[in-house]
Amino acid sequence: MTDFGSMLFVFVLATFIGLGVIRRVSRLLYTPLMSLTNAISAIAVVGSIVVTGADHPLTIRILGAVALFASMTNIVSGFMITDRMLKMFKKQ
Amino acid sequence: MHLIGELAAVLATALFIFALYWMNDPKRARRGVIAGVTGMTVAVVATWIQPEILHHGWIVGAIILGFVVGVPLSRVPLTAVPQRTALSHAFGGLAAGLVGMAEFFLWMNEPGAAHITPFRMSALVLEVILGFLTFTGSLMAAGKLQEVRWIPQRPVTYPGQNVVNIGVLAIAVGLGVALVLNPHAPWAPQAIIAIAALATIFGVLLIIPIGGADMPTVISILNAYAGLAAVAMGFVLDNKLLVTAGALDGSSGLILSIIMCRAMNRSFTNVLFGAFGKAQPALAAGEQKVWKQETVEGASQLLEQARSVVIIPGYGMAVAQAQHKVRELYDALSKRGVTVKFAIHPVAGRMPGHMNVLLAEADIPYSALVEMDEINPEMPQTDVALVLGANDVVNPAARYAKSTPIYGMPIIDADKAKTVIAVKRSKNPGFAGIDNELYALDNTWMLFGDAKAVLADLVRQFGSGGIH
Repeated sequence: MTDFGSMLFVFVLATFIGLGVIRRVSRLLYTPLMSLTNAISAIAVVGSIVVTGADHPLTIRILGAVALFASMTNIVSGFMITDRMLKMFKKQ
Repeated sequence: MHLIGELAAVLATALFIFALYWMNDPKRARRGVIAGVTGMTVAVVATWIQPEILHHGWIVGAIILGFVVGVPLSRVPLTAVPQRTALSHAFGGLAAGLVGMAEFFLWMNEPGAAHITPFRMSALVLEVILGFLTFTGSLMAAGKLQEVRWIPQRPVTYPGQNVVNIGVLAIAVGLGVALVLNPHAPWAPQAIIAIAALATIFGVLLIIPIGGADMPTVISILNAYAGLAAVAMGFVLDNKLLVTAGALDGSSGLILSIIMCRAMNRSFTNVLFGAFGKAQPALAAGEQKVWKQETVEGASQLLEQARSVVIIPGYGMAVAQAQHKVRELYDALSKRGVTVKFAIHPVAGRMPGHMNVLLAEADIPYSALVEMDEINPEMPQTDVALVLGANDVVNPAARYAKSTPIYGMPIIDADKAKTVIAVKRSKNPGFAGIDNELYALDNTWMLFGDAKAVLADLVRQFGSGGIH
């Protein structure tokens, strides 16, 4: 059963950690930061895997598969383009 | 099995936090990507091996398709990074919206349904609204940035626009509240579909009145929405990893939005409901200002005699793909002993950090890229300020012209340099639609033309006429 108190608790703490860490990010790197956080938030992939892979009705699994495709696209393109940009900064 | 899931979630969260932590230094930042990829792999594997996952073929198929589309998307030219980013926010929103819908119908099919608490239903409604509005809003933003033909570039405004927008959102929220109060009502499936449809429409309505100059802020806000949609999904699925990762993304979007808003001296509501970029009759109706045009030869002489040059890039440099020519000019000037720096305004370009990435692509050392607040005290001692396709971010009217939308926006003090050379594509005003007084100053010289072509001429001029 959902313990929404502990979920909210996790959310608030994670937000504060996020604010603290991201405030220290180099201003040079805001564009790669955005593509990196984008790839990370594609963690929605885990929700999509459950919806797609479990024994659900067909329409549900189709919705899940589209969501899984969209998340996977973000993971792949997000991490790859972040690395491509960071390489340009690193080689200097 | 649950133990593996829980441990994987803790490990992945820690790795994601490290990934963001390493972004504080360009030298170590690539480690962040490794940490992120590792965290993601751990999370995916831990989910996939759960016993309830039976249809592996479907998962493999969707993952392969993700690679097929994702790899080319990661190889776009760097000038297209803003639209790629907007597109990925759209994908993130779509995934959240679809999973929300799927979960809703799963709940409806299950007998008893004691697990539909008001909290989870509220989270689901929030997930669907945020997901679908981020989906279409980001698609519109990506279309505007890509300059797709059938999406108007200029802000589209009409009387009562805000009433319509807020009305559409209010109906969706109202239906959501009704759903939370009556989760088992016979009209529940229709209600959730209506909510999704209204959010989809709201996303479009939200973006049509927004102009290009506001894109850095809007992209940041959509980034925050995409993160919050993932958080809501975490509440719905009772998954802490989704909540933490979504919260990290959401807080990143929030911080960037605040920085962008501050750099334009505007509030969130003003960006979203203020319709920036309407034509400004107040200044345009005034006397015709005289702009002094300079030749490439003249400009190259001005640069040759300078000891310090500050280059101020803007969206025009990105459009012209001129960053490599900028590098050649940087080299030519540095070789002559001229100190060259780049002044980076936080909202220059179409997304946060846009100019830094373009200049890094051209191998310009990042030590030469200076933030607005640090470069401004040096501007009075600067011999030449070279404005490259930047407009509103160097307009002195921001300091005193209260009737203009840019009033109060911090600017780079290009006008305080001893000489200003402004490279500009055309004689039209910038995105804000305001005359730029910088161009009419006594010490300003205009070079009209495509930034890349003009710079190529300048570099060539240095090569031929440079030896005295």
